[in-house]
Amino acid sequence: MQAYIARRLLALIPTMFFASLIVFVTVRLIPGDIIDMMLSQNDIAADKFSRDQLVAALGLDKPLWTQYAHWMGNILLAGDFGRSLWQNTPVSELLLARLPVTFQLGAMALIVALLVAIPIGAYSAMRQDTAGDYLGRSFSILMLAVPGFWMGTMVMVFPSIWWGWSPDVKFVPFAQHPLNNLKQMIIPAIILGTSLSAVTMRLTRTMMLEVLRQDYIRTAWAKGLPEKLVVARHALKNALIPVVTLIGLQAPLLIGGAVIMEQIFVIPGMGLLLLDAVNQRDYPIITGVFLIVGIAVMLINLLVDLSYGFLDPKVRYR
Amino acid sequence: MATIAAPHVRRWRASSPTLTFIGRLFREKPLGAIGGVVFLLFLLCGIFADLLAPYGANQISPINRLKPPSLAFPFGTDNLGRDMLSRCLYGAQLSVIIGFCAAGLATLISVLLGILTGYLGGKFDLITQRFVDAWQSFPDLIILIVVVSVVEPGMPQIIVTLGLLLGIAGSRIIRSAVVSVRENMYVHAAQSIGASTPRILWHHILPNVLPPIIVLFTTRVGVVILAESGLSFLGLGVPPPAPTWGGMLSGSGRTFMFQGPWLALAPGLCLTLVVYATNMFGDALRDLFDPRMRGSR
Repeated sequence: MQAYIARRLLALIPTMFFASLIVFVTVRLIPGDIIDMMLSQNDIAADKFSRDQLVAALGLDKPLWTQYAHWMGNILLAGDFGRSLWQNTPVSELLLARLPVTFQLGAMALIVALLVAIPIGAYSAMRQDTAGDYLGRSFSILMLAVPGFWMGTMVMVFPSIWWGWSPDVKFVPFAQHPLNNLKQMIIPAIILGTSLSAVTMRLTRTMMLEVLRQDYIRTAWAKGLPEKLVVARHALKNALIPVVTLIGLQAPLLIGGAVIMEQIFVIPGMGLLLLDAVNQRDYPIITGVFLIVGIAVMLINLLVDLSYGFLDPKVRYR
Repeated sequence: MATIAAPHVRRWRASSPTLTFIGRLFREKPLGAIGGVVFLLFLLCGIFADLLAPYGANQISPINRLKPPSLAFPFGTDNLGRDMLSRCLYGAQLSVIIGFCAAGLATLISVLLGILTGYLGGKFDLITQRFVDAWQSFPDLIILIVVVSVVEPGMPQIIVTLGLLLGIAGSRIIRSAVVSVRENMYVHAAQSIGASTPRILWHHILPNVLPPIIVLFTTRVGVVILAESGLSFLGLGVPPPAPTWGGMLSGSGRTFMFQGPWLALAPGLCLTLVVYATNMFGDALRDLFDPRMRGSR
């Protein structure tokens, strides 16, 4: 197991290096005329900076590799992501304030996704090719096609027209008022979660179908165990192992979807931070969010892989 | 009697593999076939939008502001009196262009990268795979937003970014198909008679990974359309007044949805229908091409 963890951690290093390069190169593509546009579009910018100062603040006056070394060095050694161009707050501070909100939304959506997917998937497999199976599968695949932002828009519009009710958009932090906060987050979490559930549902179903045909399940039946026990204790437990990997694969979708939900329901998480930064062309914030999101996804995948090694002994010895 | 029937059956089978395949699609996967038909209709709507749309996409008509759906305006009109049906049809056109171009580019990149890494293997493969790992750690939408913040929003930028984005991610699927084809006897035979690598790739590997390529392309069209509409919804896609489905649900239209709820319905329904049809069609193709892949992504 230790060798497995060590191998997995070592593999993370080149991946993280490439990720940092992707972030760096993408954002450093800033063409010169963007600087002029930043100055012309943004009044604060024109007051605060001259063109040269802005170029220097973005570090664009140095050769590329120095820029990269400087940027990475600051992050690795001091956790310094630079400062926001217009607000002059350290980016790391902004990231720390926003990260838990997005994390909470993502976690809630994940719980919803699993709560929808696993029962439907298990039921579909147990009653294969019945009307219930088709209904559950069709519902779940339909939810995959419904765009989250459309769902969100309809939740904002229709209840307000029909019943004069609309979701609260004044954000309350969890620490301040947990109940109100949960009430606010649950709607976006449900929308995000149901759209993610389709893939998990399909995998649960496939794995369940496979497991239900195994000898040990027949043994469990033969012992005269009730269906509940056969399914819960013997089948589902084994069928869900691959589903864990899927959580890692879905992490990017979860974060991408969170951006849109945060925009619709005005939830001050990483997504809203990024969108605001894009509108103001605040590149240090954009770079920071970009990198943190990538690292977060990689760490989630690492955790998933490690737990997979823990759940499935076969993996460890590979 | 059986001796008479046998040649007849064989001749019918040999007549057209495409027709036989379509026949199988309708018989074995009726839902997927319906998806394919909707997909085709959507494509035709996009191509012939100029002929089908009763009004122009941006034809403003102040007397017809916020009209509910009626015979003259089946999907209603928006706050500027623009016909929603026409805008949805032109939206289909934009979606078709972006969807097919970006999915085509993505498939091309996936195939190039997948075949090269899968067939050549070695250090090149190892390094490329770490790069693909890193690339896949970023949510599509986040990469799109960041790229759009650097280059201005616009159709070519979105096509290239989405093509690159999905192309690199999709190379894994082609790669794994190539890795399994690579070990086939006919490939070893070609290698042993001294066929050049490009020749093996072109004549032996590529034709045998064609099914996953077709499936990849089909499903990618849906993914691209969804991604583009998400971006347009955030105001970072093809700039207004272009009638993108995502854009119609955002921006100035949003404030008028409370007076004209039909504004919120049509673009979302179009989007859902097309993506649903594409998914069903792609799934059916995958199941027919390769039953072992069923249920996996």
